[in-house]
Amino acid sequence: MTPPTLEVRNLRTHFFTRAGVVKAVDDVSFTVERGKVLGLVGESGSGKTVTGFSILGLVDPPGRITGGQILFKGTDLATLSEAQMRDLRGNRIAMIFQDPMMTLNPVLRIDTQMIETVLAHARVSRAEARQRARDALGQVGIPSPEERLAAYPHQFSGGMRQRVAIAIALLHKPDLIIADEPTTALDVTIQGQILAEAQKLCTQYGTALIWITHDLSVVAGLADDIAVMYAGKVAESGPVSEVLDAPLHPYTRGLIGSVPSRNHRGAPLSQIPGMTPSLLNLPPGCAFRARCPRAEARCAEPPPFAEYLPGRHARCIHPHLAEVAAA
Amino acid sequence: MTVFLLRRLLQAVGVVLAMSLLVFLGVYAIGDPVEILISPEADQIERERAVKALGLDLPLWQQYLVFLGRALQGDLGRSFVFNEPALRLILQRMPATLELAFGATIVALLIGLPLGLYAGLRPKSALSQGIMAGSILGFSLPTFWVGLMLIMVFAVQLGWLPSTGRGETVEVLGMRWSFLTRDGLAHMAMPALNLALFKISLVIRLTRAGVRETMLMDYVKFARAKGLSPARVTFVHVFKNILIPVVTVVGLEFGGTIAFSVVTESVFAWPGMGKLIIDSINVLDRPVMVAYLMIIVLLFITINLVVDITYSVLDPRVRLEGKA
Ligand SMILES: Nc1ncnc2c1ncn2[C@@H]1O[C@H](COP(=O)(O)OP(=O)(O)OP(=O)(O)O)[C@@H](O)[C@H]1O
Ligand code: SF4
Ligand SMILES: [Mg+2]
Repeated sequence: MTPPTLEVRNLRTHFFTRAGVVKAVDDVSFTVERGKVLGLVGESGSGKTVTGFSILGLVDPPGRITGGQILFKGTDLATLSEAQMRDLRGNRIAMIFQDPMMTLNPVLRIDTQMIETVLAHARVSRAEARQRARDALGQVGIPSPEERLAAYPHQFSGGMRQRVAIAIALLHKPDLIIADEPTTALDVTIQGQILAEAQKLCTQYGTALIWITHDLSVVAGLADDIAVMYAGKVAESGPVSEVLDAPLHPYTRGLIGSVPSRNHRGAPLSQIPGMTPSLLNLPPGCAFRARCPRAEARCAEPPPFAEYLPGRHARCIHPHLAEVAAA
Repeated sequence: MTVFLLRRLLQAVGVVLAMSLLVFLGVYAIGDPVEILISPEADQIERERAVKALGLDLPLWQQYLVFLGRALQGDLGRSFVFNEPALRLILQRMPATLELAFGATIVALLIGLPLGLYAGLRPKSALSQGIMAGSILGFSLPTFWVGLMLIMVFAVQLGWLPSTGRGETVEVLGMRWSFLTRDGLAHMAMPALNLALFKISLVIRLTRAGVRETMLMDYVKFARAKGLSPARVTFVHVFKNILIPVVTVVGLEFGGTIAFSVVTESVFAWPGMGKLIIDSINVLDRPVMVAYLMIIVLLFITINLVVDITYSVLDPRVRLEGKA
């Protein structure tokens, strides 16, 4: 049996700041199979981006991966040298960054930034590299790619820049793409186009996708599996339809409740009361308990990340099992 | 680009006019050259004849207009002392100052950029701390003192380098240059290093600050996420961005280097414009002073223009047409 494209086991990435240790990623586990899409959702600051950087081995000081394993096609990435990691980055594992305005180098032309990516991993001529760059731009729906290649990033809108970043990620048809809110800056039609392109990639080349987003409706339409992050931990994970239809974790339930389309018409939008806790010196026990309607005394103990139903994990000692059974 | 250049030219004319007035008034206020130029024994008639010959009997505004009219024809007056056109005197000495200033700038970039880059990439290493401490010395030690120390060590004690003059020169384009001969270069080494001292520190600090800031940018992380080699990330993605502030500051500083080469030129008896102007101020040689200041103004204007153009080449976001 071939190993999954990516398996993250108990990943911990902490930032050792002057104010204290920020446990940005603290015991995160998930698996992405070949050709599948994992939706990684969670509130701002829950550790989604840091998880992505950890997989690429791009966590900068004061941050450090302090525990866990990242298995890429069965290989533990911690055992690879920096040169071997560099061979993977941009080639077998690509990432699309969250902020398209900041992703491209302002003083280098688009063609420079694309061709260098091709040449970093493929022994081809410059002309061939340029050709590939142009094709990739066409693939993400950029009109007249030949002229656009000679432009500088500031001549592009935010949405266009994000498409360039996506095109760069597609250049080597990677095995894994980590897309950090890639469509937030795009309008709806382009968003649909990009999503379709992503799905095509998955089915044609078996690319696995980690799609980081706030938007549950995108996850519902695109992802096979979902992992919901809260305060650096995965609160719940499982097949996307099951989790969204009948969540186990009170936090997931709250998230779904705050999406308008899933509410009954006219009913007030439910909001999760309270605030995301600070990740600095987080107390032990369930991080959600200050906001949880089902909290009880036992929640002051760290809840285990347990498999309550086949393929469905939750980090809660009091999950919504009755509701799941009723659904 | 053409619109930009035209607008710049108009501005330059305005600046030059305003400066010429200021310079003229300023120099007039310094003192009366008659006292110095005409021997105390001269009688009244002789005195008046001399004053008339120099045009000093006219009212101030007329003197200014005469000066302006002649200046437009490229005549900035004759030196009272040398009895030669002031402009020619200065232009004769300009190559010496220019090559010294260029030499200093090149030395500053050659030393400052690599050191600053290293200190920016490895801020915690002992060598970086040493570099930064050294740059503080470069800022704070007085130029003349360092110049004298250089002479003491390299000329007097070690006897490696000559300490005065330009050495052997070669004539190119009707001007004499030292940097084209071995002997000339040897003569240039110490004064150029002396003049570069402050700039080296400046370039180190600018480069280090730029590197540290740029390294944190998303686009650098993205470049790494593309799997580029560290060398490519540093020398293409980071370096091209830090060149922008470095070129701006070093470019604008170039005018200052020329203006302040006075000290270095005096210490090393380098026969440039700086030395000429000091001598001229001592004897109140008004036309030379005025001509010198006007040339410095023109130099600053030219430098600013060159910096702006270079800037637009380095930073594609700068559009020359759009800005005044
Ligand atoms: N360099 C750093 N130093 C200290 N803390 C950091 C650093 N980078 C990230 N963090 C912390 O890690 C936590 C997780 O950040 P992350 O960027 O992964 O959140 P996110 O889920 O991507 O949020 P968003 O949806 O806003 O992008 C945050 O609390 C942040 O403060
Ligand atoms: S562990 Fe307790 S506080 Fe945490 S989500 Fe479950 S019920 Fe709520
Ligand atoms: Mg993020």
